[in-house]
Amino acid sequence: MKHDFDVLVIGGGHAGAEAAQAAYRLGVRVCLVTHSFSKIGEMSCNPAIGGLGKGHLVREIDALDGVMGRVADRSGIQFRLLNRSKGPAVQGPRTQTDRKLYREAMQGEFSNRPDLEIIEGEVSEFIFSKGVVSGAVLLDGSRIVSKSVVLTAGTFLRGVVHIGDRAIPAGRMGDKPAAKLGEFIDSLGLPLGRLKTGTPPRLNGKTIDWSVLELQEADPDPTFFSFLTSELAAKQVSCGITYTNEITHKIIRENIGRSAMYGGNISGVGPRYCPSIEDKVVRFEEKPRHQVFLEPESLSDYVIYPNGISTSLPEDVQHSYVRSIAGLEKVEILQPGYAIEYDYVDPRALGEALNVRDIPGLYFAGQINGTTGYEEAAAQGLIAGLNAALAASGRGPFILDRADGYIGVMIDDLTTNGVIEPYRMFTSRAEYRLSARADNADQRLTPMGIELGCVGSERQDVFAKKSEALSKWLGELKSRHISPNDASKSGIDLSQDGVKRSAYDLLSYPNVSMEQICDLWPDLGMPTEIEFDVVCDARYSRYVERQAADIEALRKDRARRIPEGLDYASIDGLSNELKKKLTSIRPEDLGRASRIDGMTPSALTLILAQIRKSEYRKAL
Amino acid sequence: MRSTIFALASAPGRAGVSVIRISGPAALEGAARLAGPLPDDRHHGVRTLRFPETGELIDEALVLTFADQKSFTGENTVEFQIHGSPAVVKTVLLELGKMDDLRLAEPGEFSRRALENGRMDLSQIEGLGDLVNAETEVQRKQALNVMRGQISDQVASWRHDLTTAMALLAVSIDFADEDVPDNLRLEVVRLVRKVAAEFRSEIEGQTISERIRDGFEVAIVGRPNVGKSTLLNAIAGRDAAITSDIAGTTRDVIEVRMDIAGLPVTLLDTAGLRRSDDHLEMIGVDRAIDRAGRADLRVFLLDSDDENFDVPRDDEDIVVWSKADINPRHGGVSGLTGVGLDELIENIGRVLQDRSAQAGTITHVRHRVCLQNCLRHMGSLEDGRSLATDSELIAEDLRRAIQELDTMIGKVGVEDILDVVFSSFCLGK
Repeated sequence: MKHDFDVLVIGGGHAGAEAAQAAYRLGVRVCLVTHSFSKIGEMSCNPAIGGLGKGHLVREIDALDGVMGRVADRSGIQFRLLNRSKGPAVQGPRTQTDRKLYREAMQGEFSNRPDLEIIEGEVSEFIFSKGVVSGAVLLDGSRIVSKSVVLTAGTFLRGVVHIGDRAIPAGRMGDKPAAKLGEFIDSLGLPLGRLKTGTPPRLNGKTIDWSVLELQEADPDPTFFSFLTSELAAKQVSCGITYTNEITHKIIRENIGRSAMYGGNISGVGPRYCPSIEDKVVRFEEKPRHQVFLEPESLSDYVIYPNGISTSLPEDVQHSYVRSIAGLEKVEILQPGYAIEYDYVDPRALGEALNVRDIPGLYFAGQINGTTGYEEAAAQGLIAGLNAALAASGRGPFILDRADGYIGVMIDDLTTNGVIEPYRMFTSRAEYRLSARADNADQRLTPMGIELGCVGSERQDVFAKKSEALSKWLGELKSRHISPNDASKSGIDLSQDGVKRSAYDLLSYPNVSMEQICDLWPDLGMPTEIEFDVVCDARYSRYVERQAADIEALRKDRARRIPEGLDYASIDGLSNELKKKLTSIRPEDLGRASRIDGMTPSALTLILAQIRKSEYRKAL
Repeated sequence: MRSTIFALASAPGRAGVSVIRISGPAALEGAARLAGPLPDDRHHGVRTLRFPETGELIDEALVLTFADQKSFTGENTVEFQIHGSPAVVKTVLLELGKMDDLRLAEPGEFSRRALENGRMDLSQIEGLGDLVNAETEVQRKQALNVMRGQISDQVASWRHDLTTAMALLAVSIDFADEDVPDNLRLEVVRLVRKVAAEFRSEIEGQTISERIRDGFEVAIVGRPNVGKSTLLNAIAGRDAAITSDIAGTTRDVIEVRMDIAGLPVTLLDTAGLRRSDDHLEMIGVDRAIDRAGRADLRVFLLDSDDENFDVPRDDEDIVVWSKADINPRHGGVSGLTGVGLDELIENIGRVLQDRSAQAGTITHVRHRVCLQNCLRHMGSLEDGRSLATDSELIAEDLRRAIQELDTMIGKVGVEDILDVVFSSFCLGK
């Protein structure tokens, strides 16, 4: 076996898989180490991909020719576009996913690439050469040499599963934690913290009384993740909806002391937006019921994932509260819910390339960086994988900024301000969400990917065709004009200022639809497949124009690099708190400094002055 | 390292006491070179100031030390209260200027540092500027309120409301697939409308606040030779306008600034309004009509009932009868004898005080422009945009509105407005 690589990826979860694939696309020699090939693409928690904000991430991964989008398309069993009634900028593609199909499709992406080496094993430590990470040692003592290393340890670093007062060391249910590696990472002196997350009990669908439940259907016209997908691959199914009730809440309240979380067994911080049922009952005491989605995990088995009741109560309590819920009176629990607590690394120790700043050659991606969610993990995997490969080839880093899209927002948030709870993507986090949309992820990122070399020929062709059509039809709309007077005759109210507007302008007004445009210009003849993209572009055009100045300012600040090792302590007039933050975060540029919590314009001025001074000194 | 600055903080010229302020990292060191060991932090003490080179005496001074960075500027500060002799002041400034680590402050630099060090926000600095310039009681009160943070508090409350509205929108957008209450939209509309209404009333009130700051204009309007200039001189108590018996003497607009009922008032004596062949006089007449029309209040000085002018008359404008010394009648005034003068001044004061009561919190045009921009962004809610289908656009508009609001107290985009603000400051403040 050849043990000499450019990029070594440790971990085969969503971050690891995407990292290995991304590095591979850049044409370097890649090796992925995982406990078991059969666990690549495993969905440890909910059987779904996408959602609000998360759907954007998947589109962006796809735009850079990543694998998550097309794998999810092949395994999706209930495609739904969230926020369908709202503007396209905040719509989120989502699907229920068949866990088995997903795993198979993801593993297929690896079987197809025989020169992408996969080693089954467990890493115990890294190899260093002259202070640079240059490979890893496995538990059996074998050594894998590589130019750079991407660690995607997920929840496996000192992971502990909690069910009531039972605490089991585990990376996830049924898998041992990476104990040796956890200790090794601790010894590197990186800032570590504890986080927790939870899952609900898994139910036997055959023991659920579906007849009394509301059903939620898939969309009749599915919205896919990948820009390359055009057809459904799997059968579409419905989810059931049920609700907790006062009896459920009473059972939970009476046993709250036995919950691992409330019993004080867990010190880690959990996410506020994905609370356990204990949390919901305690914090929202006045709510008489909480919604529970009953989501099928696969077409080929009967496992149901009850989304909304994750818990760390003892099994007997889970049993009785679950059975108090309508439709679940006779349900069989196949696997109890549990909470998992694990180590994460404060992501402020990372650079924008997801490189560990003090350890050259090492990259981190996924839950180890304090995030939650498959999509967040995969997006980081993509960036870490690309950058590990670029570094191994002696090329400069690939960095997305906040205006480029959600991936840039996430990485900037993580590395600038760290996390206080597991980080999840929301559209509200993206200040440029009107321009960074799911519909135009390809227009934003695919050209960058092509230039970088990580986009295959099939996507290049599809992209070129779509771009051509888009520019043709945007041009058509911009070249047809109408006076306010004539427009009003067709029922479009404009201020009667005599100024002619283009069809494109008209589409940016509220309440002007494509149908009205087609009525005005019956000869337009725009093909339906390009219509949605054109309408989105027009709808936001005026807002995007206004944001252009903000983005320019953002990029100007980014261009103002802060020299490594700038001595913040010597800047007079900076508060001690800011000095401390700046010294530990070490922002790479003025833009990132400006987003540090508590930063003020005057402090930025002082920093800028200091940068100039140090540049001046260098010039001498 | 930040520079240490010094300047004369009190008015220049001969005075009982003059104050010299030194602020910055080397303030304590620099001051000690002249005064010897300084009093403890936040204490004062009498010291002798001496030439550092010769040890020769300069003056005796009361020295105040602020070493904990909680001074006005937020930096180490020392103040010398010295005898207000131009010679003493000059010597102390010269000696401080000789020190390598000290330099003379630029105009407004102390205030600028207070802002940069977070001791005051932008509106408070503006309030301070107004307070220093305040001539009348009402001006003082208004400026003091602003300086003590009245605008900052008001902005914080608006910001809170708009941020809440944005948060509710975020919930409705990012948690659409969850069980969220459906009355969120109503609350968003309520909050935005409430803030918008407050903005509108502030914008109206700003004109009044600005008058309190800059002065009300009161124009005296009447025919030539009706006695306008005499009346102005009598009210002002001094000969500001040239008075003569020849009709049409006042060709330009004469201004006299005074304090009426605690309010700053500029009295305008305008050219007599009549048709004339004299080109020069007609220029004066046009100018008079223009200025009088724009004034906050007009006092019409009339001979008879049937006089008509091109100047529009508001309900609150005051009408008095001229030359009461010759034709005594009710509502008559005389600049010569002073008859009816007290009543007229009282009337002007009453009208202007009533208006002042409607003054808003905001005082500067900059504030008004800022609120108008906010309103423009918030307008999308009332502009055919629906919360159900356009929430992402409305959220973006609210984000802009909040950004704009922040510039009022100087949170973002500060550099752009700083220069304007500080250009109205003079050295040492």
